[in-house]
Amino acid sequence: MHLPAILPWGAAEGFSKQMLLVLLSVAIIATFFVLAARKQQLVPGKLQFAGEAAYGFVRNGIAKDIIGGRDFIKYVPLLFSLFFFILVNNIYGAIPLIQLPTFSHVGGAYVLAGLVYFTWIAIGVKKNGLRYFKLATVPSGVPWFILPIVIPIEIISNFLVRPVTHSLRLFATMLAGHLIVMIAGSGIEYLVMQENVLLKGTSVLVLAGAIAMYMLEALIMVLQAYVFTLLTAIYIEGALHADSH
Amino acid sequence: MNQLIISAATEGEVNPLMPNLWEMGVVLVGFLILLFIVVKFVVPMFEKTFAERAEAIEGGIAKAEKAQAEASAALEEYKQQLTDARTEANRIREEARAEGAQILADLKEKAAAESARITAQAHAQIESERQAAVVSLRSEVGTLATTLAGRIVGESLNDDERAARVVDRFLADLESQNAGAAK
Repeated sequence: MHLPAILPWGAAEGFSKQMLLVLLSVAIIATFFVLAARKQQLVPGKLQFAGEAAYGFVRNGIAKDIIGGRDFIKYVPLLFSLFFFILVNNIYGAIPLIQLPTFSHVGGAYVLAGLVYFTWIAIGVKKNGLRYFKLATVPSGVPWFILPIVIPIEIISNFLVRPVTHSLRLFATMLAGHLIVMIAGSGIEYLVMQENVLLKGTSVLVLAGAIAMYMLEALIMVLQAYVFTLLTAIYIEGALHADSH
Repeated sequence: MNQLIISAATEGEVNPLMPNLWEMGVVLVGFLILLFIVVKFVVPMFEKTFAERAEAIEGGIAKAEKAQAEASAALEEYKQQLTDARTEANRIREEARAEGAQILADLKEKAAAESARITAQAHAQIESERQAAVVSLRSEVGTLATTLAGRIVGESLNDDERAARVVDRFLADLESQNAGAAK
């Protein structure tokens, strides 16, 4: 089911299959969108239309709807890159022979969540100055005697928990999906090898379950790419409009 | 099964939350390359296409709206001109009628005046001729009477023959005189 790892699996050093897939995803995305965008026809062809639909989905469906205003376009490249980078890397997990969602290795999720974390903090500080940290942690309209409780909660939820959940959500769903498919595959293998015919027959049930899980996984792969990008857009929007929250 | 056990055995000691630094590096570099390509090429090209398309569509709509506005303005103008022309025609017709009537009245008046003038002139002429005739008759009758009387007195009135001659001569003179005057 798997392509073998190129160099020692899970090793601290060496070039792994996961790394190859990450770089391949960059090549796939860049090639596809550069080809699609290159012609710039007013009446698009099929490729250009597909590219524009994909681009428009992130541009209008996420960036414009969540961030809005006139300067949402500034954040479109980041959101666009995040969405398709995560999408392609997740979908690897649904492709036979490849079958490795690269974010089932936690490092990539940390990197992207970290980038987003520093990005929205930088946006908030640039927009509001150092006052941003006060705006982000002291909610307006809260009675003063609740503030001692609210402020620590806000600090923890905004600045400590947020990047962790942001990265682990992606990583955990991908790892879990990967494990489920893998366990189902091993289970089928195990059941088929049983002597008992009835027991052997139950492998069909596992197969049906595995296919259903595979479909669910495929959905979750797309969904997690969307959720990660959407949350990024929400964080950026929150940083931009900290004074109205 | 063996595979699972082996992977569980090898990965069992590895905390899945501990990242592989090399993988992190590859993801970071790969993502930044992608971001660079997107910032540099993909987004500008798509945005340019979108802008051009929006401009083309909006330009087309604006052009169509302008053409429609122009057309309706022209229609309005033509209608206005038509109305103006009708009004003008009516006005001219009315004027012509009034003018015609005026001219007719003037002519009538002028004709009446002319006829009155001619009549008056004729009257005056007749009157003056009559006066002249009266005057000349009066003077001529006097002269005639005087001449006749002188002639009569100069000849013997006893002699019938002579008297008749005198009268004849007088008449002949008168006639010749008349003929001379006629000449």
